[in-house]
Amino acid sequence: MTILRSLIRKEALHIVRDRRTMVITLVMPVVLLLLFGFAISTEVNNVRTVVVVDRHNDQTRDIIECLQVNEYFSFVGLVADSDVERLLRDGDAEAALYLRTDVGLTSAHIVVDASNPTSAQAAAAYLQGLTEGDAKKIAVTYTLYNPQMKSAYNFVPGIMGMIFILICAIMTSVSIVSEKENGTMDLLLVSPVKPTTIIIGKLVPYFLLSCIILAIMLLMAYTVLGLPVSYTVMTVAALSLLYIILSLSIGLLVSALVSDQVSALIVSAVLFMLPVIMLSGMIFPIDNMPAALQWISCAIPARWYISAMRKLMIQRLEFSHVIREFAILGAMTAALLALALGKFRSNP
Amino acid sequence: MIKDKSPYAITVCGLTKRFGSFTAVDHISFDVAQGEIFGFLGANGAGKTTAMRMLCGLSRPTSGSGMVAGYDIRTEPEAIKRHIGYMSQRFSLYEGLTAGENIKLFATVYGMTDSAIGRATDEICRRLDMADMLSTLVKEIPIGWKQKLAFAVSTIHRPGIVFLDEPTGGVDPVMRRRFWEEIYRVSSEGMTVFVTTHYLDEAEYCDRVSIMVDGRIAALDSPDALKIRYGAATMDEVFRTVARDATRNE
Amino acid sequence: MTAAIATEGLTKSYGSVKALDNVSLNIEPGELFGLIGPDGAGKSTLHRILATLLKPDAGKAAVLGLDVVRYYSQLRDRIGYMPERFSLYHDMTVMENLRFFASLFGVNIADSYPLIAPVFRQLSKFPDRMAGKLSGGMKQKLALSCALIHRPEILLLDEPTTGVDAVSRSEFWDMLGSLREKGITIVVSTSYMDEATRCGRIAVIDKGRVLAAGTPDALTRHMSGKLYNAVASDMFGLLTRLRKMPEITDCYTFGSTLHLITTGRFDPAGAIGYLKAEGIADARIYPATPGIEDIFIQLTRDD
Repeated sequence: MTILRSLIRKEALHIVRDRRTMVITLVMPVVLLLLFGFAISTEVNNVRTVVVVDRHNDQTRDIIECLQVNEYFSFVGLVADSDVERLLRDGDAEAALYLRTDVGLTSAHIVVDASNPTSAQAAAAYLQGLTEGDAKKIAVTYTLYNPQMKSAYNFVPGIMGMIFILICAIMTSVSIVSEKENGTMDLLLVSPVKPTTIIIGKLVPYFLLSCIILAIMLLMAYTVLGLPVSYTVMTVAALSLLYIILSLSIGLLVSALVSDQVSALIVSAVLFMLPVIMLSGMIFPIDNMPAALQWISCAIPARWYISAMRKLMIQRLEFSHVIREFAILGAMTAALLALALGKFRSNP
Repeated sequence: MIKDKSPYAITVCGLTKRFGSFTAVDHISFDVAQGEIFGFLGANGAGKTTAMRMLCGLSRPTSGSGMVAGYDIRTEPEAIKRHIGYMSQRFSLYEGLTAGENIKLFATVYGMTDSAIGRATDEICRRLDMADMLSTLVKEIPIGWKQKLAFAVSTIHRPGIVFLDEPTGGVDPVMRRRFWEEIYRVSSEGMTVFVTTHYLDEAEYCDRVSIMVDGRIAALDSPDALKIRYGAATMDEVFRTVARDATRNE
Repeated sequence: MTAAIATEGLTKSYGSVKALDNVSLNIEPGELFGLIGPDGAGKSTLHRILATLLKPDAGKAAVLGLDVVRYYSQLRDRIGYMPERFSLYHDMTVMENLRFFASLFGVNIADSYPLIAPVFRQLSKFPDRMAGKLSGGMKQKLALSCALIHRPEILLLDEPTTGVDAVSRSEFWDMLGSLREKGITIVVSTSYMDEATRCGRIAVIDKGRVLAAGTPDALTRHMSGKLYNAVASDMFGLLTRLRKMPEITDCYTFGSTLHLITTGRFDPAGAIGYLKAEGIADARIYPATPGIEDIFIQLTRDD
């Protein structure tokens, strides 16, 4: 026990004395949360829209009226068919709505500037809703769980999924590999300390550091970002701890596979960071991916973590709804840890 | 290559470098003649590396002046870098490139034309007898050959002066001697050689030797004169006598 | 009495490179044993195998009578190992490093202090300095103190004097001498051939093979051919002329002189006459005592 304590103390000294990394580690989560919470928004507001009408009637008047009062749109005006292309090209309008009346039936065509696909998609969807069926009814939409459709809510789980991989996997692997590079790992190995103890001595400090970061992020999510506090907080914390252990195992595995710090960084970043960003559903919805990528995403731990966190933090569902995610993450952790320890013992 | 016809490749006067309150190099003055092999010795931490960095234009002196290859170390460091060669034991060649690729890379850095590079490559192969190693990765070349290749590369642009920082560390005795024969060769062609080493038998091969202690030059003369002055049989004894009083070795 | 270290047919390859090739050595308890050879000779590989860090491909190695592969965990308390590069924590102070290694071995610094005191004394003046900020000689003393902290019976030092100046190197060998007097068996590798004379016995190693082993005196006595010094004001001219003489099998620079290895037919007076005819008037040739470096040059030139 004294050996483990002094290993942990030594690691803590490394962490505390490397001021720059320490500051980045603690500040980055805060900055990311604020950035996604306030600055970056995927919501669509004030889509500049022109309307082309061949014959005015009650229905077209209703639709135009709705456009004028709806905060998602700003009604630019009624224009002639021939002007639409120019307006869209010059950026004066982002969407055009064609209303044609034939034998008393009004049909709608929607043209949107898709140079920004995200806002185009949203604008098209809103316009579609506006013109289908009874316009007045559509003006009232119910959004469940996230009534203000804040994108921050959606991003909090994603950012947490990324941060823990970043801190646990990269920092752990780099710190182990740097000991290999400096030759101090040899000194530890020729001492009577068991390899398992060396590993635990490495993992515990980074686990504690991650817990501090978890606390900071949860505190920010529930206060500054205003996520509704509910009884699921305990489950959120438990799930995150499991995910932290999983990320530490990844770091350990990486450190057993490579022998210099640069490779450790590259392997952690390319093999683990990129998939988290691209395939975990953090930014791009998994349902929209091709089938092959959806299959691959199943192998990415962050996918299950983020999905469970959304259920817990935003939908505020009970534990029973995330049992599957818990089970998958638990199994992944066990497998990774076993693999990493095996690798480390055979090839320290 | 050499801008003026000064008889000296290096002249240094009162060169000083301070880091905060610590004086790493303390008012050193010396001259190195054209074509001389000048041994620059000193205990660890005596200030050798700092002094050498100033001479190579990599670091500005706090005070004092110096001319290297006809250029002022205070105002023309870029010109100095173009007119000197530099080789250190720690870094000299890219391990992941072949011998030929290293030659081409460094020659290009010094602005040599393709035809000049071709001629230089042929000459290196002939002189070092390593034509068959041209397409071998540097990391697979034995260390003795590697050091000789590194030396050839560092002098590929025919500089007037070459700085060698512990060029023979860890090299076996046979290859170490072959390396020194290369030094003699370039010196006989008129190139000035400024060399540091921990092998004190190598100090005997120098025309003159300086020994730095605690930031100052404590002794400077030909090996024979130094041995007479300190009543020593070898340079090893001279070095120990001179460096014994060092206080900075902490 | 069993040997402190015994290896038999030790072989280890990295890919196609044979780092160790059939190495058999016997080191007696209490010896100061030197492994002499250039970089890449296999010294570090041998040290790593003896330190139980590496398994050999073939052959056996026993330290204190215990096989290094089978009984590695029993050996770790009894071996002190100092790797080639300075391998301590740069961002920890002198005392923090020492305390850390003491705790790994479960020992008290106070109990070990009498042993490390001669090495550690100078360092004890600045216990709170970061290890990374120490000079080369001091780093080496700290590393040695840490390797000695658990009072090992065997001390394995891999190139402890590389990159260290001559004064610190000499001091370091003095310390090894006094540790040896306390009964510790020391195996030390070096690429500085002149350090061989500080060892009780040495093994000359090159390209993974032991070329010769024995006391430095015995090795130099067995040098074949008679050795001469040659000096002249034009040393480079002297070297090229002497190399042309058939009675001289080898000629190379040696400090301020040239060393000539000669056949039985060599006649110094005749050689001076030949040199005079070649335009070197001030040549002197006189007998020389061979050193380990001469032995190394001869042994490696034979293959």
